[in-house]
Amino acid sequence: MSEQEPIGEGFASAASGVGPLVLEARELSKDFRIGSGRTGAILSAVRAVSLQLHRSAVVALVGESGSGKSTVAKLLAGQESPTAGEILLDGEPVTPSRHRSFRKYKSEVQMVFQDPFASINSVHRVRYPLQRAVRLHQRELGRKEVASELVRLLEEVRLTPADQYLDRFPHELSGGQRQRVAIARALAVKPRVLLADEPVSMLDVSIRLEVLDVIDQLRERFQLAVLYITHDIASARYFADETLVMYAGEIVERGPSEDLTQQPAHPYTQLLLASAPDPDRLGQSIQTVPTRELRRAQSAFMTTSGCRFAPRCPFADDRCRAEAPPLLAINAKRAAACWRLDVAAPELVSNQGEEERSVPLKA
Amino acid sequence: MTGVAPTPIGERVEIGAAPGVQPVLEIRDLSIAYATVAGDLKAVSHVDLKLAPGEVVGLAGESGSGKSTLALGACRLLRPPAIIIGGDVIYRGRRIGPDGVNILEQNAKQLRELRWREIAIVFQSAMNALNPVLRVRDQMGDVLDAHLKLSREQRRDRLASLLDLVGIPRERLKSYPHELSGGMRQRVMIAMALAVDPEVVIMDEPTTALDVVVQREILAEIAELQKELQFAVLFITHDLSLLLEVADRIAILYGGRLLELGNSEEIHHRTAHPYTRGLLDSFPSVHGPRRSLAGIPGSPPDLRSIPPGCPFQPRCRFSRVECAAIDMALLPVPGSTTNHTTACPFEMPDASGVVASSALTAEGTAVPTELSVNGDRKS
Repeated sequence: MSEQEPIGEGFASAASGVGPLVLEARELSKDFRIGSGRTGAILSAVRAVSLQLHRSAVVALVGESGSGKSTVAKLLAGQESPTAGEILLDGEPVTPSRHRSFRKYKSEVQMVFQDPFASINSVHRVRYPLQRAVRLHQRELGRKEVASELVRLLEEVRLTPADQYLDRFPHELSGGQRQRVAIARALAVKPRVLLADEPVSMLDVSIRLEVLDVIDQLRERFQLAVLYITHDIASARYFADETLVMYAGEIVERGPSEDLTQQPAHPYTQLLLASAPDPDRLGQSIQTVPTRELRRAQSAFMTTSGCRFAPRCPFADDRCRAEAPPLLAINAKRAAACWRLDVAAPELVSNQGEEERSVPLKA
Repeated sequence: MTGVAPTPIGERVEIGAAPGVQPVLEIRDLSIAYATVAGDLKAVSHVDLKLAPGEVVGLAGESGSGKSTLALGACRLLRPPAIIIGGDVIYRGRRIGPDGVNILEQNAKQLRELRWREIAIVFQSAMNALNPVLRVRDQMGDVLDAHLKLSREQRRDRLASLLDLVGIPRERLKSYPHELSGGMRQRVMIAMALAVDPEVVIMDEPTTALDVVVQREILAEIAELQKELQFAVLFITHDLSLLLEVADRIAILYGGRLLELGNSEEIHHRTAHPYTRGLLDSFPSVHGPRRSLAGIPGSPPDLRSIPPGCPFQPRCRFSRVECAAIDMALLPVPGSTTNHTTACPFEMPDASGVVASSALTAEGTAVPTELSVNGDRKS
């Protein structure tokens, strides 16, 4: 038996120290029906996900393709309605709808998508999507004010001189420049929450940092609450205050990014970190992690009982296969959904006194 | 005195694996252009690269660097408007003999014999590279039929053992590509590439579309197979951190030019070219101490407007007027005993760089703060 208790009142997001709570997801779930009639099955893409976005803080949601991380973003953006659970903005429950009243929410919570080649309409000049957003959401502005607002937006994302960019077509811009236009468009409505779904994974390595840096500076300047969705746990380490790791629709571990990446608790987080490329292992032959023979992640979504990672987990026992673990507190800011933490991460659960992170999070 | 005088530009140095070993694939002074209405667009310029038998050479570059054009061009797989405007590609396989053949001079029939049998390719997108309406068995069988004369039993056995090789259950021979996961499809691609025992396998971003866990499994598999079957690999990727782990030697390509070539150890710890340095500093690392990171300012090269001299010059922190005049020949890095070469004739002012140039630091050419490395880097 593990001694850890499920997280409760005493648990706080690692981002909570940065600013007040803005957007919260409570036990969000999303089921999709696949097939139809008698053959229809339920795929629970997101299961009981809770997260908190705080003003001026970055929370990273890390997971592999199919883990449900983009579905979480769509739920938060109001593009999908949750099957269960609720979303609270400033403590008020929000009901996604197509209704006009929902526009208010949309202007508070904006999204940046992965593919800047698809998310910007290529038949219009850069001016068009920006202008539209400004006019729809800042109706009080006059013609001249709109024009200067567009210039200001492009300057915020470091596309200068702005006049030159406004009249260009998307195909005349590089991937990084397009992504910055997409960020400017999200900013045009003066949001308080930015949901960035893999904002740099389509970009060239050498320009990824600059785009992340743009987002980071905007976060600081406009006190944005940022959800950074990524498959790259290394970038979460550098960019986010708190990191949440998703596996098969569930959050399996959360905690301050540096702690979590340097001393992962959940076996899946350990696997993820061990798989990340590491130039310092140079010269050693590539070793795979112990789960090589277990290539059965496919059915994880259909598992109804037990831990979804159990089929791939080297530590799984009968309890893991029978009973799904809730997030168990490791300390006031860290938690992992694992019954076998005493075996998987003995050094973490034995000395619970260890709390403050030793390295500051922001570089 | 301003700066360091450029090192005299010497002869093109011999680059390649261990001396005395005949490379299995030798690319000499290869240039490839795309014909456009606005004139020729040079995607690959004067590239020399050798691949020794059984060696893994990594080709790293960003989009537009010409890495895929180079590899496909070397196999004559490009169609107009791409044109090879100069150079030679010599293949010397065991079945061909030590004199080798110049791939660029082969006719269609000869090329068909070389392709797959001698040089196979694993493409990035297995979903697009596999035929969606053919079962795995049939696509792999096609390769066998084209190159080997096998009896029915031999053919069946060979197909089964190829799947064994990459760790896929034999029943999957009956599957269609869409019934396989991304990782399995990539494994099928690898099995197909190895079907007729080629000596060179070109892997064009073989794991880019895969999740990290699966990526690592595939890389381990490639490494194992490569050790067992002794084929040479040209591994193309944009992910330098990955390449450092898998490749024996690494070539850094930018704007169609080779900027640096050396073994992984040297590229990592004795980085000689500012671009390579910039790329290395662009990767956040999960392991080890936190370092300060810096991307490379500016945009990836636009082939329509490559400046004279060094193509990286517009984005280079250390650029100077002489950069427009250098001829981009690869020069030996001072102190290297292993053919570590760089196209940058200037010493890079960098604490962990090649040579700590006292002249530069004494004159107060400050190391940009973004470039300094906070943590202890292993060296």
